[in-house]
Amino acid sequence: MNLLLGYYPGCALHGSSSDYESSIQACLQAFKIRLVELNGWVCCGASAAHSVNPLLSKSLSARNLAIAEREGYTELLAPCPLCSMELCKARHTILEDEEHRKQLSDIVELPLQGKTRVINVLQVFESIGQAELREHVKQPLTEVRAACYYGCLLTRPPKVVEFDDCEHPNSMEGILEALGASTVKWNFATECCGAGMTLAREETVIELSHRILANAVAHGANCIVVACPMCHVNLDMKQEETRKAHPELPQLPVYYLSDLVGLAVGLKESQLGVDKHFVPAELDLLSEPAETR
Amino acid sequence: MEDLTARTAEIPGVKCAVHYKYMCSDPGQSLVREKIVEEKLDGLVVAACSPHMHMKTFRAAAKAAGLNPYLVEIANIREHCSWVHEPKTEMTTVKAMDIIRMSVNKVIQDHSLEPIKVSLVKRALVIGGGVAGIQAALDIADAGHEVILVEREPSVGGKMAGLSETFPTLDCSQCILTPRMVEVGQHPGIRLYTYSEVEAVSGFLGNFSVTIRKKARYVDVDKCNGCLDCWAKCPSKQNQSEFDYGLGQRKAIYVPFPQAVPARPVIDPKTCIKFQRNKCGVCLKICKANAINYEDEDKIVTEEVGAIVVATGFKLYNIGKKQDTPGIIGYGEYGYGEYKDVIDGLQFERLASASGPTSGEIRRPSDGAEPKNVVFIACVGSRDPAKGIPYCSKICCMYTAKHTMLYKHKVHDGQAHVFYMDIRAGGKSYDEFVRRAIEKDGARYYRGRVSKISEENGKLMVSGSDTIGGEPVEIEADMVVLASAMRPSDGAKELAQKLKIGYDEHGFLSESHPKLRPVETTTAGIFVCGACQGPKDIPESVAQASAAAAKVQVLFSKSELTREPEVARIDEINCAACSACLRACPYSAIERAEIRDRGGNLVKYTSRVNPSLCMGCGTCVSVCPSKCADLEGFSEQQIYGMVNSLI
Repeated sequence: MNLLLGYYPGCALHGSSSDYESSIQACLQAFKIRLVELNGWVCCGASAAHSVNPLLSKSLSARNLAIAEREGYTELLAPCPLCSMELCKARHTILEDEEHRKQLSDIVELPLQGKTRVINVLQVFESIGQAELREHVKQPLTEVRAACYYGCLLTRPPKVVEFDDCEHPNSMEGILEALGASTVKWNFATECCGAGMTLAREETVIELSHRILANAVAHGANCIVVACPMCHVNLDMKQEETRKAHPELPQLPVYYLSDLVGLAVGLKESQLGVDKHFVPAELDLLSEPAETR
Repeated sequence: MEDLTARTAEIPGVKCAVHYKYMCSDPGQSLVREKIVEEKLDGLVVAACSPHMHMKTFRAAAKAAGLNPYLVEIANIREHCSWVHEPKTEMTTVKAMDIIRMSVNKVIQDHSLEPIKVSLVKRALVIGGGVAGIQAALDIADAGHEVILVEREPSVGGKMAGLSETFPTLDCSQCILTPRMVEVGQHPGIRLYTYSEVEAVSGFLGNFSVTIRKKARYVDVDKCNGCLDCWAKCPSKQNQSEFDYGLGQRKAIYVPFPQAVPARPVIDPKTCIKFQRNKCGVCLKICKANAINYEDEDKIVTEEVGAIVVATGFKLYNIGKKQDTPGIIGYGEYGYGEYKDVIDGLQFERLASASGPTSGEIRRPSDGAEPKNVVFIACVGSRDPAKGIPYCSKICCMYTAKHTMLYKHKVHDGQAHVFYMDIRAGGKSYDEFVRRAIEKDGARYYRGRVSKISEENGKLMVSGSDTIGGEPVEIEADMVVLASAMRPSDGAKELAQKLKIGYDEHGFLSESHPKLRPVETTTAGIFVCGACQGPKDIPESVAQASAAAAKVQVLFSKSELTREPEVARIDEINCAACSACLRACPYSAIERAEIRDRGGNLVKYTSRVNPSLCMGCGTCVSVCPSKCADLEGFSEQQIYGMVNSLI
């Protein structure tokens, strides 16, 4: 498809979730989509900035948008849903509020029109389209029975991110089904995993994550699929802690959506960074019954 | 004002100018009358508010003083000037003066006109046979006028026929409605077209021509004696009953419910074995009256009527994901259509109704078990701009309270839970009714929304919040009832377009004035009542239906109708009969006519205006290449005069 996308990694993909970055890079390369990292990007401010100083938070994202615009990207991929949401929020303000736009443009000392559209990973796969995804499949994911987990941010706030049905999304299901995977109907697709609480109140996160993992298992899933570094931390890295508190919970592999797309188009686990997950996630493990894992 | 008055007196042609603060008041009108007589006036300009308000008042005053009422003009210096510009600035006064000067120049060229007289057909068409349509039809027929009642379902009765009991008295809905249905069926003044739809409407106030499509019923209503042997013997049994909203089943030849009027069956060709596989034919064989006709076809009939009442009612918002209207969004997260035990309010009515699929026992649809915990959710769709329905559906608070009572009265050990946003119980004995549901029948009310409904271990998990208690609530329910929003019934917009009446952004039909003309539409002779005009309950629908019927009777109390004479006129001598006006006329009010001499020889063709159809829009005036079309009371000369007065 030979496409060039602006790429905003944010702090997570260059740090704790570097496996997500390698997964996305490798996977999109298979579709001839090249990601070009934004030159001189700054932190989006994460949850800290917008709760303390909304103007600071918008300015940080506005700077990133201004850079993307200057470099001429029509679309900017922000794989972390929090970054993506912050960027979308700033762009929404720029497009809707002329006075605010001028103010932000002055602060970041760059022209600012809001021309660059901000997209998440699911939107990249949706724009590739189910037909082309299907054509690229080398290893159909017949063993995968996925619980698609969107988390709290991917679809919210609906008017700002303008993506899928915010309470009842199903775009991930469509992508996975094109790869030959099956998906389960379950109850916690948009429930909170505890997010950043993982540092301050680990026990809360363990309870919230347990509800999600247990519900996926109860509805017959053999893995969870996410598109958020924070969700991955809480469901994958913290799974051992969660299983200590709830010993009856079987081990459940947690994939990034790009992991499964990559595996389906014939990439190796090591290329995608699947081997770096805390819960073993090799595809052939999925055919074994959960109790023996 | 004094200054304006003085300057007005100086305009050429003005005999006198007077100022009075409330010219529309009784003393003000006396002043107008006196001046007309005293000064022998042959024209009157009132510089005041909009002619929409008081044109009638001043025309009447002029008439009383012996002046032709069409020699009155209003210079609207309020809505067109003082209200929309900076007060007390010079420019505002200049503009007011200009408006007055224009009106004076118009009135100078006015000439006397007489109202147009039009005959009228004293027969009314009522569209929709629900409780509103029934009420309107009976009121008009009881007043001695013929009524044609068109209903698209096989029976009259509408939504009310399917309800169990009604708030706030809990009287049985069918018991109070069916006598009215029978009356409609037997009234000598009412002609019933069931299973029929209005196809086209033409004409105007007093003289509408309506084309009605009688859908093929495959049963001859006149021959059929209503024995319903066919219904009993039909082997195609497992078809979803529309009347039970899919909770019950019906045969392929059926009457929707036992008290149907007319009690004559229809065949549904989609489920009939004869139509699908050309087998069976049982109904034909056993019908002693020889009323079955598989060859039946749709029939088109035309009726002439003088007035039309629209009472097409409502439908419920589809809670599931798929919607029929752009901009409306469903609640996928409530699982309606996926979980069998998540139902809507009208479905619960059928479950609670003695004539329903469970004979009035509360049994949940999935396995027929008696639900012990039932969650009722109000405002599903309603008051939710994010779902495309910002309005309140008005009846849900009341019927949800009623549902909790009906449930408790039938399942004594059951518990009803209600999630609500506000309780809107305005109405006689309404709030007392809701209090009774809470205090006497023990319904638990939580002020808060439900975020989702999911299924776990055979239970419906309802996750919501109690915003008064300030905590999340999770209820394991056996059944969930969603009070979904009211929307106008299917086809209401298309019908409105055929009738040339207005509708709002949600598809509800528009009344002419929200306060003072609540049942009239902007098209004379067409009235609205019931839920097609906006969400409302039974008492309100019935009251509005009687109001619409009263308006029809007012119309029919006259032997002929008068219309305003400000219509187009064609100079037939000079008309070249090019028919440009005929093609341009949006009201089909212009025809091609012949002018013949005494010997009957054709002299020429001409365009001719039918004054009873013309709405005075002036389109013909602007398209006529030979300047033969003009508008009475708004002639081109008058417009030039007004423009000239400005330059």
